[in-house]
Amino acid sequence: MTSLLDTLFNGLAIGSVLMLAALGLAVVFGLMGVINMAHGELMMLGAYTTYVVQNLLKTGPLQALFPAYILIAIPLAFLVSGLAGLVLEKTVIRRLYGRPLETLLATWGVSLILQQLVRSVSTAFFIGLVLALVLGLGLPRFLPAAWLRQRWSPLLKLGSWLLAGGLGIALAALAGQTRQLRLPWFSARNIEVTAPQWLRGSIEVAGVTMPTGRLFIIALTALSLIAVHWFLQKSVWGIRIRAVTQNRSMSSCLGIPTDKVDALSFLVGSGLAGVAGVAVTLLGSVGPNMGGNYIVDCFMVVVLGGVGKLLGTVVAALGIGILSYVLGSGSLLLLWPQMPAALNSLITFFATTSMAKVLVFMLIVAFLQFRPAGLFPQKGRMVEA
Amino acid sequence: MTNAAVLPTNSLGIVHADDAQLQVSGLNVFYGESHILRDVDLTVPGGKMVCLIGRNGVGKTTLLKTVMGLLRQRSGRVTFEGQEISALPPHRRAKAHIGYVPQGREIIPQLTVRENLLLGYEALPGGMGRHRHVDPFVYELFPVLESFLERRGGDLSGGQQQQLAIARALLGKPRLLLLDEPTEGIQPSVVLDIERAVRQITATGISVLLVEQHLHFVRQADWYYAMQKGGVVASGPTSELSKAVVDRFLSV
Ligand SMILES: Nc1ncnc2c1ncn2[C@@H]1O[C@H](COP(=O)(O)OP(=O)(O)O)[C@@H](O)[C@H]1O
Ligand SMILES: [Mg+2]
Repeated sequence: MTSLLDTLFNGLAIGSVLMLAALGLAVVFGLMGVINMAHGELMMLGAYTTYVVQNLLKTGPLQALFPAYILIAIPLAFLVSGLAGLVLEKTVIRRLYGRPLETLLATWGVSLILQQLVRSVSTAFFIGLVLALVLGLGLPRFLPAAWLRQRWSPLLKLGSWLLAGGLGIALAALAGQTRQLRLPWFSARNIEVTAPQWLRGSIEVAGVTMPTGRLFIIALTALSLIAVHWFLQKSVWGIRIRAVTQNRSMSSCLGIPTDKVDALSFLVGSGLAGVAGVAVTLLGSVGPNMGGNYIVDCFMVVVLGGVGKLLGTVVAALGIGILSYVLGSGSLLLLWPQMPAALNSLITFFATTSMAKVLVFMLIVAFLQFRPAGLFPQKGRMVEA
Repeated sequence: MTNAAVLPTNSLGIVHADDAQLQVSGLNVFYGESHILRDVDLTVPGGKMVCLIGRNGVGKTTLLKTVMGLLRQRSGRVTFEGQEISALPPHRRAKAHIGYVPQGREIIPQLTVRENLLLGYEALPGGMGRHRHVDPFVYELFPVLESFLERRGGDLSGGQQQQLAIARALLGKPRLLLLDEPTEGIQPSVVLDIERAVRQITATGISVLLVEQHLHFVRQADWYYAMQKGGVVASGPTSELSKAVVDRFLSV
């Protein structure tokens, strides 16, 4: 009995991380239909934000706040990842709406850029980058408006970006002369986030040992889920978002600024990825490549749940989490010791984390053969549109 | 051609009136490479009801979509209350007080009737955030809506959806209402409700541009334009709408 509860609890914890990671993607991919391959990297930005907050509070005047650093990191990670997502939407994705293949390739490129960014970013690099961005975005404002409506204005814009980039690189190189400014902030190695004391213990309920770190993740997931549900169902912007996802052109005819709605949805979805990044720091080490570990699972959850349905995301995440844990830990053997030998050896074969993942994915693919729209298919006209 | 002299006409034959609320001139619209609207000119005077007739596929819906900004013209212009709006996106035109009731109604299916109605306020400054309660005048116009407020829009019957679409457009306080076949595929009793509602709307001074196939509804308009193969081929006061014209341009 306790081992069953134990299994359920651990499965629930794994499912929670998955759900939190997939929640943002449910907004971005499920509602807006944008295939964002950089979603995992937005999570990574959230994890790095946690790391920075931890280091800032470790010593210095704000040391008293250190035990609560993870609580402070949550809104900050939402903001950092959300703003990064907003920039991504405004610069890349906006130009590619309705072209999934191009979006996939472009966001994959962005994910590589973000990975390299955290590896190489140093103060000098950062100064140069900010200069290049400010110049590149600002230069066209100083040009006569008539110049921007000519046949050659794309060339002009390209030229101004080249100039901005060149000046940024020059400034970064100049600042890099000083050793202090040249040191990378994070380097390519994994970073170490230590959970605060109160998240390192465990409590025992009904014979089940529940690590507080995992309980915290479950609570954070539940809260995020409630917040997203409230935002989409009850808030004014949520109604706008749902209207635009169901009928974009009519929404526009009613006076809804659809480009603002797109930007906001993307900000919220990306911000949720940042919150998931905070949770991931409690589970293990965090590095520039961590995004890749989550992106496939996230898409699996959203597709299995049924695109555009929050409830589907919840059920799919918990289902995949619990199933992976049950298979991967070999708990079935503990629950049913006298099972036939053939079955026993089969289960033992899949009883490692990676083999369990293979089996779960095979099951999902098989399931989607029969129900391509997922667990909770969207009913009505929206599907055809 | 019955280009009769109720509205002043300039030498080019383009109706040009100082009280024109909506003026469409020289409009050419394409779907890909197929030329749909050809040099269309049309005027809706302030406070009047203008009806657009023509058989299926001649481009009436295309014209309304271009006026609303859903389609971009290749040449020509759309002017509303003296301002050129040809380059504005639909949501800016809605905020300029053009209301649109499209063919097929386009109710947001998974939203409740109440939410669909509140979306009508998006055309006003502050949108739904500032207007949180549906103005009860729409229930006087269409009592059936009040009893279905918590139902999903997609679950209503065609006639109810049509009433919802008109109510939604009216909540945005339009000064021009574009109505695309509001009685298409709707049971006769509801058709009468809708005609009565449109009469009340015009009585409040809102201009209406109506696409319609029912003759007695067409006759409520002040002026008609008849379209054929993407061009306007006849226009005049509806009182002069002769049987010959009706037979040629109405598909019923
Ligand atoms: N989305 C579209 N793509 C290509 N052609 C279209 C599209 N919509 C309408 N058409 C064509 O444009 C013409 C005019 O259509 P429409 O404006 O809907 O006519 P009406 O409303 O007068 O019945 C028709 O020949 C139709 O086939
Ligand atoms: Mg039509």
